[in-house]
Amino acid sequence: MRTALFVTCFNDTLFPNTGRAMVRLLERLGCTVDFPLGQTCCGQMHFNTGYQRECVPLVRRFTEVFDGYDAVVTPSGSCAAMVREYHGRVAEVAGDSRLAAAVRRTPPVYELSEFLVDVLGVVDVGAYFPHRVTYHPTCHTLRMLKAVRQPLALLRAVRGIDLVELPSATECCGFGGTFALKNADTSVAMCADKVRHVLGTGAEVLCATDNSCLMHIGGALSRLRTGVRTLHLAEILASTEDEPASAPRTAEGATHR
Amino acid sequence: MNGTTFLGMPAFPRAARDALGDAQLRRNLAEATRTIRDKRAEAVGELPDWEELREAGRVLKEHTLRHLDRYLLQFEERVTAAGGTVHWARDAAEANRIVADLVRRTGRSEVVKVKSMATQETGLNTALEQAGVRAYETDLAELIVQLGQDRPSHILVPAIHRNRAEIREIFRREMGTGAVGDDPADTDALGDDPHELAEAARRHLREKFLRAEVGICGANFLVAETGTVVVAESEGNGRMCVSLPETLICLAGIEKVVPRWQDLEVFLQLLPRSATGERMNPYTSTWTGTADRDGPREFHVVLLDGGRTATLADPIGRQALNCIRCSACLNVCPVYERVGGHAYGSVYPGPIGAILGPQLRGTASAVDRSLPYASTLCGACYEVCPVKINIPEVLVHLRARVVDDSRRRPLPRLEGLAMAVARWALSSPRRLAGAQRMAAAAARLLRRDRPIRRLPGPLAGWTDARDLPVPAPESFRTWWRRTHP
Repeated sequence: MRTALFVTCFNDTLFPNTGRAMVRLLERLGCTVDFPLGQTCCGQMHFNTGYQRECVPLVRRFTEVFDGYDAVVTPSGSCAAMVREYHGRVAEVAGDSRLAAAVRRTPPVYELSEFLVDVLGVVDVGAYFPHRVTYHPTCHTLRMLKAVRQPLALLRAVRGIDLVELPSATECCGFGGTFALKNADTSVAMCADKVRHVLGTGAEVLCATDNSCLMHIGGALSRLRTGVRTLHLAEILASTEDEPASAPRTAEGATHR
Repeated sequence: MNGTTFLGMPAFPRAARDALGDAQLRRNLAEATRTIRDKRAEAVGELPDWEELREAGRVLKEHTLRHLDRYLLQFEERVTAAGGTVHWARDAAEANRIVADLVRRTGRSEVVKVKSMATQETGLNTALEQAGVRAYETDLAELIVQLGQDRPSHILVPAIHRNRAEIREIFRREMGTGAVGDDPADTDALGDDPHELAEAARRHLREKFLRAEVGICGANFLVAETGTVVVAESEGNGRMCVSLPETLICLAGIEKVVPRWQDLEVFLQLLPRSATGERMNPYTSTWTGTADRDGPREFHVVLLDGGRTATLADPIGRQALNCIRCSACLNVCPVYERVGGHAYGSVYPGPIGAILGPQLRGTASAVDRSLPYASTLCGACYEVCPVKINIPEVLVHLRARVVDDSRRRPLPRLEGLAMAVARWALSSPRRLAGAQRMAAAAARLLRRDRPIRRLPGPLAGWTDARDLPVPAPESFRTWWRRTHP
């Protein structure tokens, strides 16, 4: 099976360690991934903000870059949802039937947890992560992909983990892409409640399948110097005794490992 | 801003900011929405075929809207045959004029009203007032809003932003003054027990019911097959309004029609469980035409277009007309829960209001242009909608409409420029890599190894409360190239 990694422009630029963890994890599981260098962005930010016309070249590039692969795996529930739900719409709105046909030929795009559990059929990926962790199901992973059980099944199988339930977990964190800027006050009000729930669990790590939501919640956790760090699911699953998840991303060391 | 209407409301982000600062409102909303949310979840959880019911509701609505012209004419024919009269109103002003004329013809200067969204939408009470007619709201929550000279903030529970202490104050102030014909002695000792408050409202309304010669209602459903108006309510006030007066006037949107009597089976299951979390609606009144010796002698139905035909022409946007006004989307919306209904600047607040308002009214005003953005696209609304309106899909569709309109303006907006630059950079991996190198170099130059705590301009909205990571020194693609030659 020829599998391509779609790392997303956001992770590529801001959270490269998530991509590196994906590569390490998948190779450990005997799955060779390719990273086609022509890839850029799925167009989600433009599409969700109303700039549908601007998406057309991005969607076209996506179809060309991933053409011929058997599967695409990505560390973002919302980017996977964008490709699956709305690439067809972008082609339709543009009135471009060739693009529409290309979109239909796009190989299946899986969010990481879906790929591991549903395609590779693994739940125990051999990870070791001796920390207290709580999991926030991001809205697009939960409601658009409906990947409800996969991330939790994977986390439960991690050795040493102390997985604690997040109260009101399914409530949106308030990120919402450009919503976080356009409606910053409401976004922060929602974030405050999410932070309150996270702190209530006593977890040292907040985990999710989207670094964008984690950047938002983590930004508040960092600003408040809570000492709680955020980690993408891929980084917890890639972590082993020999290669533990890289240096913590907490209030004062929130950059890179 | 006018106290009782939504004229001149600021754009959503501004109104939301004010609402977020109201601690009492936050508390009232969080409490009330959680209660209804939990009740709904329980009532829906009881039905093993809920998903099939939702699908049936969606299909019925879609079918009806596709053949709306036919069903509306059939409805008119059946109403006429049963002794009623149907009037057609292009917009709110025409609808109000028709109703005011009908009331004037009775020679009366008072009407009793059943809670109705259509009459809220047209601003009927104000129009009647200008025509010298006093309208009494008889739904408890609408009464609270009316007496408080307030605006509704929820489709089903218009006074959801008020707690019982506030309601007691409104009743004490308004019922005891004599201005509305009450005995001040009754209200002086009024406590804030819900039963006591309901009793006070009951006493206040009783005599108005008995005196009323004209009743005005909306409709949850209009049955084309029989010419029937269906009014669902919980307090029994609606039943009095449709049965006691001599003249009954119903004002309803054209999308309220359903083809057959039998279709009510589906909707009367979907509506109460979604709306109030009840298995069955307490009072469902159905009224068909006129009859000798019983009920109103005159029966009028005013059918309102009010932007609905234009909405129907939009293949993606038209699903908003499926709405049966249950409010489930409001109760689960994390944005609504925090800012309340007034911030939406319309009688239709919450997620459904954000897709209905900008379609019915257009996107000429600042608030209507801001409504499609009043959502994180979390999808909780779509999940609970009993007629499966894909609200996030319509929201992004309307955002595109707002953006495309703004492209026609002479001066490009900052956001548009930023999006154009992003598109340019993201259209080529070389440019993306270049942008990543520049960002990393800037971070090195500024010796940033800690998160960014302050950004200028519109980006300050982020850093006011949240840190931001600096771009990585080595992007993923650079790492890949280095390690996978």
